[in-house]
Amino acid sequence: MTVLRNILIRLLTTAVTLFGVAVIVFVVIRVVPGNPIAMMLPPGATDADIAQLQAQYGFDKSIFQQFIIWLGGVMQGDFGQSISLRQPVANLVLGRLPATLELSIMALVMAMLMGGAMALLGTRYRDSKTEAAVDVSAGMALSIPDFLWGLVLILLFGVLWPVFHISGRISPSLNIDFSTNFYLFESLIRLRFDVWADLVAHMFMPALALAIPLAAIIAQLLKQSLKETMHLDYVTLARTKGYGENHVITREALPNAILPTLTLVGVQFTFLIGGTVIIERLFSYEGLGNMAIDAVINRDLPLIQGIVILFALLFTVVNLVVDMLYVVLNPRLRHA
Amino acid sequence: MRDARGGEKRPIGMRLWLSGGWLTVLVLAALCAPLIAPKDPLMQDLFLGRLPPFWMDGSEPGYFLGTDSLGRDVLSRILYGARLALIVAVIAGSLTCIVGATLGLVAGFYRGWADRIISRFVDIWMAFPPVLFAILLIAVLGPGLTSIIIAIVVIDWTRFARVIRAEAMSQSAMDYVASAQVAGRTRFGTMMTEILPNVLPTIVALLTLEMGIAVIVEAILSFVNLSISTDSPTWGGMISEGRTSVHQAWWVLVFPLITLFLTVLSFSQLGEGLKDRFDPVLR
Repeated sequence: MTVLRNILIRLLTTAVTLFGVAVIVFVVIRVVPGNPIAMMLPPGATDADIAQLQAQYGFDKSIFQQFIIWLGGVMQGDFGQSISLRQPVANLVLGRLPATLELSIMALVMAMLMGGAMALLGTRYRDSKTEAAVDVSAGMALSIPDFLWGLVLILLFGVLWPVFHISGRISPSLNIDFSTNFYLFESLIRLRFDVWADLVAHMFMPALALAIPLAAIIAQLLKQSLKETMHLDYVTLARTKGYGENHVITREALPNAILPTLTLVGVQFTFLIGGTVIIERLFSYEGLGNMAIDAVINRDLPLIQGIVILFALLFTVVNLVVDMLYVVLNPRLRHA
Repeated sequence: MRDARGGEKRPIGMRLWLSGGWLTVLVLAALCAPLIAPKDPLMQDLFLGRLPPFWMDGSEPGYFLGTDSLGRDVLSRILYGARLALIVAVIAGSLTCIVGATLGLVAGFYRGWADRIISRFVDIWMAFPPVLFAILLIAVLGPGLTSIIIAIVVIDWTRFARVIRAEAMSQSAMDYVASAQVAGRTRFGTMMTEILPNVLPTIVALLTLEMGIAVIVEAILSFVNLSISTDSPTWGGMISEGRTSVHQAWWVLVFPLITLFLTVLSFSQLGEGLKDRFDPVLR
């Protein structure tokens, strides 16, 4: 019963948070100076034209009324019409979401692999130069945000030694007719490995830029909890049974040490998704974040609202999933 | 990362010296920019566009780090850009610290409804992608130095509030707080004289980190052309221009990037180093 109650409370607070986000965005973007409608019309449009179009988008009503109308639409899956692109916001946003999801997940996987490898390396060769090197590089990697890593990567692997693409998501010549927007996934399913490789060559650097700071956090935390676990009695027991150091670390200590890291990865993953906004801009990657910046520059109010709400939803869903995973993976909580 | 063994003191000192040294150089450069900058940072000369740095063929004497596409001196622009970066770092960093730490302290020490309201706002803030939030705020407030500072404070106060709240909560559970209460100290008095001094090391460490973050936020906003006016030299603006012409003139991107990189690294290493210094367990 308590589990059900906890889930209900979580869902309720999530709803409150999303509502709060919606209210804040709605109010903030409506104080924007500059009339988005006037920007749509050709010069020489009469005031009557502007008024008519404003009425069409509902901008002639009070903020409160606009919010109620918008909320009513959202309940039915209608996020309004984009002003600059003249298409339904829901379609635009959902069309871009897969690109951002693929990028974020690729970055997450890279971060876990790099961070995990560093932690294991530092634990296997503890109290040596290797451990010191792991500590120093993790400290450095952590201090520099993804935006700067992105620029460094552009210089290193886009200009000095051009092995990866530094802009876009796919080479135009390879753009096969995708039926979904999950290009990476679809190209694998359709066995188009040439397309897949091209997609990866485009995504590699933005994903790496996003992954480096997270990898450093994972390395530090996982190494710390491995260190603590290595002193526990059951690990000593495994040693006296004659298992080698590698077996002891990966099979005995790791499963227990990984739990605190997992919770942290959840929170950090939402930061990573937030980082896609500027990284997508930097690498001209056609995802949600790039679209968001254009929407702000074009004063496209309905689109901004839609994107921000989607990001907020994404963040809360990630947190929810991580909490559930934690219960599933932690035997001590399973019967609580 | 480090345990309490005394032998590992040395790298901490090293970090503090290096990062402190770089930041001192930067402060001096910013203060003396009009004296040491070889050129006017705004002076354009289309005949001298995209000159390479001094060691390459085709460079002109006087333009040590080359020029950008409009013929403006890269070195002078970096020096003048340091002024803006440091102003943003110090003012925005301190204001964010004051707002965030106060709210965190109140939430963590007083608990009750104040904590509930502040924590709810933190949750809402955490659901915003920070960069998008910053861009949105600048679009609303209009470009300019004040807007950038306001945007940084509005976005980043949660960083302080979350950490300081947790610290204040764990300090409140300590015996010395209870004894202060028993001795007849008021709640507010206890917060100011008992809790605050004990969370101060964390506040100082977070503050230096925040200064580095403020520099980055300014650079990001300049990068999407939403910072100060496009004329005044900013590192972010230079990087933005350098990114577009990276294949023709890499130096326009490289030198401001190195400066920004070292500055952000120094701020955060200084923060980490100070935290270790102040930490009574490690001392």
